[in-house]
Amino acid sequence: MARVVVDVMLKPEILDPQGQAVANALPRLGVTDVTSVRIGRRIELEFSGDADLDRAREIADKLLANPVIEDFTIHLDERVEA
Amino acid sequence: MRIGVVTFPGSLDDGDAARAVRLAGAEAVRLWHADPDLHGVDAVVLPGGFSYGDYLRCGAIARFSAAMESIIDAAKGGLPVLGICNGFQILCEAHLLPGALTRNQHLHFRNRDQWLKVESTSTAWTGTFTDGQEILIPVKNGEGCYVADQRTLDELEAEGRVVARYIRGNPNGSQRDIAAITNERGNVVGIMPHPEHAVEALTGPSLDGLGLFASVLAHLAGKSAAVPA
Repeated sequence: MARVVVDVMLKPEILDPQGQAVANALPRLGVTDVTSVRIGRRIELEFSGDADLDRAREIADKLLANPVIEDFTIHLDERVEA
Repeated sequence: MRIGVVTFPGSLDDGDAARAVRLAGAEAVRLWHADPDLHGVDAVVLPGGFSYGDYLRCGAIARFSAAMESIIDAAKGGLPVLGICNGFQILCEAHLLPGALTRNQHLHFRNRDQWLKVESTSTAWTGTFTDGQEILIPVKNGEGCYVADQRTLDELEAEGRVVARYIRGNPNGSQRDIAAITNERGNVVGIMPHPEHAVEALTGPSLDGLGLFASVLAHLAGKSAAVPA
């Protein structure tokens, strides 16, 4: 079994009102030195056999991320490979 | 005329959309998301709601349904398709329309009667309106903020593909106040507010929504008149 992790983030130029709302809440925790918060999504894909990064990239591009508004990165989760 | 209305798991406005179709004088044909057969309909409405729970992104999973695969092919062949709210999101996810719909800029769900200005009457769904006509139909969405890159927005404007714009207040932060757009051919229209909720005096703020359904009937009638049977 192997795990591939896909991280999806809104493109930098896309407004993230959710992140802004969190950023606006931080002063209530006494945090004043965080200037920006952006929220993304982490997706873990478990492969039954070896990790197939090309397949993972295809899944990310077609379904997990919307390339119009989001970027993604993929990497192997080494802890599971071991 | 037979107009299909697709029901996805989580669709909410399929009943109202079918009712609007009937009030406009057509037969409403209920289509099921898992059935690739479009049953010979002349046009399709993708209704509002929360298809597949809006999991992942609004419309992202609905796009891969059996019904949508047939609709995507048919739309590329010219079948008139109207996506309302969640249906608009599905059309963007399916790449039948450019851009995407993201969370309302102010984060609040907006539910109110909304004025729109119709800016294109050359689509299959807006032919009975007049250019610049102001219409009042309900808007109700949490993720209705239309975004696209500047080049796409400029293209939409230059090609007259902005079908309607919000006026007297933008309810969700949509770029350039865009409420509805169309594809190059004009057969596919996505609109965020709900014309199917403005078809009867008892329940709607106006009857303006009927215009979209009347338009597609006129469009289809025009086509069948042009092509002798």
